[in-house]
Amino acid sequence: MKRFFDRLILIDRRVIFLFISLSVIVPLLVKVELPLEVTPEVRRVYELVESLPDGSRILIPCEYAPDVMAEMEPMLYAILRQCYRKNLKVIVTALYPTGVNLIEKELRYMADQMGKKYAEDYVYLGYRPYPAAVILSMGQDFRQSFAVDFYGTPLDSLPMMKGVKNYKDVGLVLTVNATGGTEYWIIYGRERYNFPLAIGVTAVMGADYYNYLKTGQIVGIIPGLKGAAEYEKLIDQPGEAVRGMNIQSIVHLLIVIFVLVGNVGFFLSGQYKKKK
Amino acid sequence: MTTVELLWNGLAAFLTLCIFSFLYKDNPFYKFAEQLVAGVALGYWTMLLYHTTFTDKVLIPIFQQGKLHYILPTIMGIMMWTRFSKKLAYLSRIAIAFYIGVGTGVALPLYMYNYVFRQLQATVVPLQFSWLGLNSLLMVSFVTCTLFYFFFSKEHKGTFGGLSKVGIYTLMAGFGASFGLTVMGRVALLVQRIIFLREYFIALFGS
Repeated sequence: MKRFFDRLILIDRRVIFLFISLSVIVPLLVKVELPLEVTPEVRRVYELVESLPDGSRILIPCEYAPDVMAEMEPMLYAILRQCYRKNLKVIVTALYPTGVNLIEKELRYMADQMGKKYAEDYVYLGYRPYPAAVILSMGQDFRQSFAVDFYGTPLDSLPMMKGVKNYKDVGLVLTVNATGGTEYWIIYGRERYNFPLAIGVTAVMGADYYNYLKTGQIVGIIPGLKGAAEYEKLIDQPGEAVRGMNIQSIVHLLIVIFVLVGNVGFFLSGQYKKKK
Repeated sequence: MTTVELLWNGLAAFLTLCIFSFLYKDNPFYKFAEQLVAGVALGYWTMLLYHTTFTDKVLIPIFQQGKLHYILPTIMGIMMWTRFSKKLAYLSRIAIAFYIGVGTGVALPLYMYNYVFRQLQATVVPLQFSWLGLNSLLMVSFVTCTLFYFFFSKEHKGTFGGLSKVGIYTLMAGFGASFGLTVMGRVALLVQRIIFLREYFIALFGS
């Protein structure tokens, strides 16, 4: 028996990888639907967007690169769907260099899906270096950092940007962010210019930003793929995130089983006694 | 999927499999994909920064718009590069000092306010006889114990040692939550890649 437990903790890591891969592939082939609860912090973001009057403007700074696309893209799509359904005018910036083209592609895709027009329903300002300086200058006038949009058109030539000067002219800032720039939006943006701010971050970052909810510096948080799935549920349009979460829940279950097996193996094998 | 999309997605699928091959063991396919990512990212960053910084903030303002005061920050930017010369390296310190001075001046009050005062304000709240009140009380207790753990001028023994131990467990709970979320994030990336591969192969061979 002891030998069995000794073997248990010496399982080759490749066997674990194989099981994890199978736990992703099998649910893809067999349709799996697991319950998903919406957390209050995600609901608050949804409700705040919902409370904005039709036709008002929303600023969505998107700061992420293709490496975290899996989590951020479904989140952005769900937010944009809600905004476009409400006829909100969407202003997007991308203050992280390697995500600039990806975000442009995603914006075009969603605008095509929802029948929205550039410069009338949404505007893409693109990238400018030094996020903190850009966030501060946008508090004075968006034109200080973005005299032209991503395509080189002066902001005043865009119908949607007429009369939009700074944060005072947007109903909400909702950053979809996978970088340390999230803090800049809180510290240099929200605290300096006092606008309502909500954040959508990767799961890895989630734990670091919950404390800003308690201080009231952010109105809500959408953490990772789970947050995106909750948002899809709220807008009543399950998509990539819900599908991903169903699979993810099964993988998590498998990881928990492996952790339990590893620990049981460790305590019942000779290793624990040796360490003691 | 058009033929062009199929080709590009084919390349992406190949590179994904190259990266996954590392799970078995290190190999030339993995190394190739890894170095390709690093090279492409470096090239992309360089060109993007050249266009958004050097062109937009130096060339256009000075030579096209005649904003001559932009020359001063440009000179300071050039001074940063002098650190590669032993003779002129001292010049870079002036530019760095200016940069740090401005950065500190802007950041310090905001960071103190946000990281210390606002967090303290949210931690120590008026006591209430409710679940919320109990939650706040627990939070104050755990924060205090964690601070005890980081107090090194007294030996961690007796009551003080016990309290600092609670501090360690509090930290562990925090790290556990972070680790759990990290696993969740990484699994999300894996799931998306597998979905991508599945969709690509369906498009290639039919369902």
